[in-house]
Amino acid sequence: MIEIDDIDRAILRALVADATLNAGALGRQLGLSQSAAWRRVQRLKSEGVIAGRRLDLDAEALGFGVTVFLGIKLATRGRTSLEDFERAITAIPEVQAVHHVLGRYDYRLRVVARDLPDFERVLRRRIMTLPAVGEVESNVMLSEELRPGPLDGI
Amino acid sequence: MIMQIDDQDRRLLRQLQADPSLSTAELAERCAMPRATCWRRLERLQGAGVLRGQRAVIDWERLGYHVAVSLRITVEKSNPRAFDEILAAARDLPDVVEIQTFLGRVDLRLQLLARDMGHYQQIYRERILTLPHIAEIEALMQVAVLKSEDSLPL
Repeated sequence: MIEIDDIDRAILRALVADATLNAGALGRQLGLSQSAAWRRVQRLKSEGVIAGRRLDLDAEALGFGVTVFLGIKLATRGRTSLEDFERAITAIPEVQAVHHVLGRYDYRLRVVARDLPDFERVLRRRIMTLPAVGEVESNVMLSEELRPGPLDGI
Repeated sequence: MIMQIDDQDRRLLRQLQADPSLSTAELAERCAMPRATCWRRLERLQGAGVLRGQRAVIDWERLGYHVAVSLRITVEKSNPRAFDEILAAARDLPDVVEIQTFLGRVDLRLQLLARDMGHYQQIYRERILTLPHIAEIEALMQVAVLKSEDSLPL
């Protein structure tokens, strides 16, 4: 774990909003010299705090109108079935995220589809056909907000 | 509104999704496309709002947040303002990084970060259980992230 200060937090907030900002633009925004901003960004990258970048696409405009969160309970136990399931589920292109969790379900999935019939096809043909899958719960996403999280000046 | 994109746009977005840090020149090379064409297509996708930008991805573990919990909430809907009020209160929680609303068994989901289990227990008791209009709440504790690209199957 690394210690960061309020200026680092401001840099992270700015880069989460726009990862393409260069050191000059960041510095101007935060009242730092370009070289000071550059050094801080380099440190946050080399320490692994900034883990990469993600493209922000308008899924709906690209024809992906439906996002569904799934909870999956496995029907079978044992290490092999677990590994087979994980390999198969992560390989499905419509499955955007797979989290192994503890609680009512074993896995939490984020699935994107063109529309509800398309989602049904993915669910029935690709997901439910996996041998380990037991109970499945689907919740269709209506809205989403990403928050800065614990980066507000603490 | 759905924007019509062709195979070349799709190739561009696929490459850029895989590596958002690519320069226009590198991207053009990977897509076997003249640089000017590549640049023009990116401009068009940005202008249409399909390509909204890039976000930095933060590795919260590196900042000392070792616990991630998916809180699944059913909202007490007898009050017509219930949804707005719980959403407003959730936005004020500094440890919440995602807020989604759903059609399904679950109405609302909060992705919550905490430093350790003690910290989680404190947030849960002091800030989550005190949220207004909660009918039911259930936690899925994150054990591992197997896939989190959130990329679209273009």
